[in-house]
Amino acid sequence: MEPSALPSLLGLATLLPLASFFFLLLFGPRLGKAFGHGAYVATGAIVAAGVLSFVALLIWLGHHFPGGETHLSTAESAPVVRGREDVVRGSEDVVRGAPDPAPATTEGLQESGRPGSNMEGRPAAGGSGEVGRPAPSATGRPAPSAVYYAGDYYTLGVFGKLRLSIGYYIDSLTICMFCLVSLIASCIHFYSLGYMHEEQHEVTDHEVTVRDGSHLKRRGRCAVFFQYMSLFCFSMLGLVLSGNIAMVFVFWELVGICSYFLIGFYIERRSACNAANKAFIVNRVGDFGMMIGLMALWGGLGTFAFGDVERVDADGSNRVEQGIFSLVRSGENHSIRVPDGLVRLSARQEVAKIVHGLGPQAGAEQMEQAIAAQVETWRSGGPDGTGPRYGYGLLVLAGIGIFCGCVGKSAQFPLHVWLPDAMEGPTPVSALVHSATMVAAGVYLVGRFFPVFAPEVLLVIALMGCITLFMAATIAVTATDIKRVLAYSTVSQLGYMMLALGVGGWVAGLLHLITHAFFKSLLFLCSGSVIHAVHTNEMTEMGGLRKKMPITALTMLVGCLAIAGISIPFVVGFSGYYSKDRILEQAFSFLLHESNRNFVAGLLFYTAAGGAMITAFYMFRLWYMTFAGKPRNQHRYEHAHESPRVMTVPLIVLAVLATCVAWQPFGGLGRLSNLSVVNLLEQSRPMGTLTDTVSPAAGMTWPNEHFAHEPEQHDTIVKPVTWLATLTAWAGIGLATAIYCLGYIQASEVRRQFEAIYRFLLNKWWFDELYDWLFVRPTHAVARLVAAVDRRWIDGLIDGSARLTGGLAAVWDRLVDRLVVDGSVNLFASGVYALGVWLRRVQTGRLRQYVLFVAIGALAIFVFISFFWGSSWAG
Amino acid sequence: MPLLGQITVAHYLAVGAVLFVTGIACMATKRNALGVLMGAELVLNGANVNLVAFGSDYLRPQSLGLDGQLMALFVIVLAAAEAAVALAIALNFYNNRASIDVDRADELKG
Repeated sequence: MEPSALPSLLGLATLLPLASFFFLLLFGPRLGKAFGHGAYVATGAIVAAGVLSFVALLIWLGHHFPGGETHLSTAESAPVVRGREDVVRGSEDVVRGAPDPAPATTEGLQESGRPGSNMEGRPAAGGSGEVGRPAPSATGRPAPSAVYYAGDYYTLGVFGKLRLSIGYYIDSLTICMFCLVSLIASCIHFYSLGYMHEEQHEVTDHEVTVRDGSHLKRRGRCAVFFQYMSLFCFSMLGLVLSGNIAMVFVFWELVGICSYFLIGFYIERRSACNAANKAFIVNRVGDFGMMIGLMALWGGLGTFAFGDVERVDADGSNRVEQGIFSLVRSGENHSIRVPDGLVRLSARQEVAKIVHGLGPQAGAEQMEQAIAAQVETWRSGGPDGTGPRYGYGLLVLAGIGIFCGCVGKSAQFPLHVWLPDAMEGPTPVSALVHSATMVAAGVYLVGRFFPVFAPEVLLVIALMGCITLFMAATIAVTATDIKRVLAYSTVSQLGYMMLALGVGGWVAGLLHLITHAFFKSLLFLCSGSVIHAVHTNEMTEMGGLRKKMPITALTMLVGCLAIAGISIPFVVGFSGYYSKDRILEQAFSFLLHESNRNFVAGLLFYTAAGGAMITAFYMFRLWYMTFAGKPRNQHRYEHAHESPRVMTVPLIVLAVLATCVAWQPFGGLGRLSNLSVVNLLEQSRPMGTLTDTVSPAAGMTWPNEHFAHEPEQHDTIVKPVTWLATLTAWAGIGLATAIYCLGYIQASEVRRQFEAIYRFLLNKWWFDELYDWLFVRPTHAVARLVAAVDRRWIDGLIDGSARLTGGLAAVWDRLVDRLVVDGSVNLFASGVYALGVWLRRVQTGRLRQYVLFVAIGALAIFVFISFFWGSSWAG
Repeated sequence: MPLLGQITVAHYLAVGAVLFVTGIACMATKRNALGVLMGAELVLNGANVNLVAFGSDYLRPQSLGLDGQLMALFVIVLAAAEAAVALAIALNFYNNRASIDVDRADELKG
């Protein structure tokens, strides 16, 4: 199949879980055992999505096989060759330039700065085939560049400059993420079939006591669970597929709401409720920043799209609409050059001056010319560079804003507090949230948006990641809830990813995202298996479970080894070894650069290295406390049992993947030897990251990621870092073994020795308390104050006005209503009454008198008439 | 109007007027209910005289003709009926009060 099928394939893969969601939404509660109470529908959908994703991967490999870079196995001293993907317009096809077989020299890696050469993709009504853009026949070596397909499925609407569309942006990262998400989600779905089995019948929730003292009994919510899981998968896949940042934001929020639903799945438990709220609210804080970033970008660039999209104009001509990436990376060698739009937006006062100076008689074109002539000056600060530079600050702001959203989603330092609480959800949800979906979204977005981040933003990202990884790792050391240990471990590993991205290790960070997704989902599912068996989260009640649940123990051991990054150095190792080493290598290369010999760079590297040891320590502490030693709670131990096969098979699958996902499986088999996740990721390396990035403001330089892997750096960077990482990992494991397995050191002794630190860590650095003091209590205080003002002043005012109105009404009533209205009516009535009384007297009841009256009356009428009307009537 | 000349409508009218006034006076002065009834008869017959006089072809060239006679007949029938009802009332009144003094029949006093 042609790559033109990719958008349809991946679109379908995205929509399948959505279809499952709607099906379960409509018919879920009525599905019987034949549908596994809805579980089979969701599982089928995600498995089908997985199959489609892997088909897409095969198509991708068929057309864009990874190039020749082979520094994954660092023992090989082969020259670093980077495969290039040149998109040349042949007929209608994307023609892949053959990888250069000759070893490239390092300067060959420098991008030759041919803007636009890497653009391809087109819109496509209905997402039809892609056509590569004509590559200008630049002299020299063609620039190595990412291949991507960008376009729109459907345009929702065009409002002036604003185009809202459902677009796609497909590159190797997208495909990798699709395979990752659908594969892990499939495993978790299968696992959930076993784990959520109880939900198929009536459930007694032992953690909820209802008013009469008994435990809550409720209907099973199997269908609801799988319904949310489907929506979750859809949201994540949609987020990965999104071709513009507006769409990302929509899916971003969808992921957020799904995590809210699933964390609060046991909605009757107060803690679950609070945790769901916490996750949602904390994410809102980040999303606020993200919206600011979005507005800055859109305000300046006028587009949401990532990549360049070719559109057919109304007059039939093709027009390439530049996306955010190429707009920002328009400088030499794809370096950051502040786009005109941002410069103008930032220098709008200067623009106003020009417009004002030209006066109203000047035409729009003339103004436009005058402004355009100045843009370069505003951007660079004049010919001597001393004037104010406009736009760069806005670009940094946009980057920080986007990163704020990622901080929330990926639980980075100031906003990490929601993730451990998110353990209230069912364990498969934790596995999904912590590996492939929710938290991966933040790191993915940082990776996706990498070209837009100015170096200062990268520094912020690196520092945040650094703080997060250290803090979370230390907290994990003292936690005793098995899922909380894993949660803090996730936070810490996410910190690693952010750190990697922040020091310029794009592939390192995303590789860690992928490897971490596998071993963390494995670890969570293992912990779920344990919890399923012993019905408690507390590790202090476990121990010795190795004999009862051998498969779980073994697979979890694999997960622990993988996260610790254990290896036979330079030969082979668990997946964590490859990704973590890459991170450390990049951090070290960052530190080694002559302009970075400062405290910050040192902090970044040594924290990362030290964090590796803590990681190994707490992971093995967890394993030993759970599976080794003697049972601490005999009762629970005796009831423990290995999980059913539907749960253990996903564990085994994930354990295999966690071991070997970063391998080069076909090493030495010619072209096939290039097949690895790293090389796949290299294909979508963001533009401008193959050269060193210099930040004059920070006085630092970001070495390009390939620098650390060049053969001449092998001895200065790779070797020491690899040994350091291995040693720290083994040191961590050794310490954990000494304390928790062999008992050379008593944990309680250590605890007593470092009482203050222990309490500090046990209370999670007092972050919850700090936020309680910083935000919750002031908010409460302000709320109370406002309530008091409300009650005293506003209510008083309203009550007063009500009382005033009442009084006025009473006066009015007495004065006008009673006196005037009633009075006049009464007066008339009494007049009539008096008249009646007076007339009564005529009615004497005497017959003779009446006769007299009649006679006299008749006579009177006779006289009267004859008197007035002359004599004609009266005769 | 020479009183001893040709008998004209005026003579009849004079007789009718006398009868009418006599009847009114009788009704207004008599306390006996029967006297009042008699007065009423006189009033009616005073009117009848007028009607008959206007209806006579001998007295006036443009008379009412039989219309006058007929109206007189109606009045007579009416008077008979009225007399019957009035006598019944008088009898009942007498039964209740052992008197037919109309001045004592003042229950309708306002």
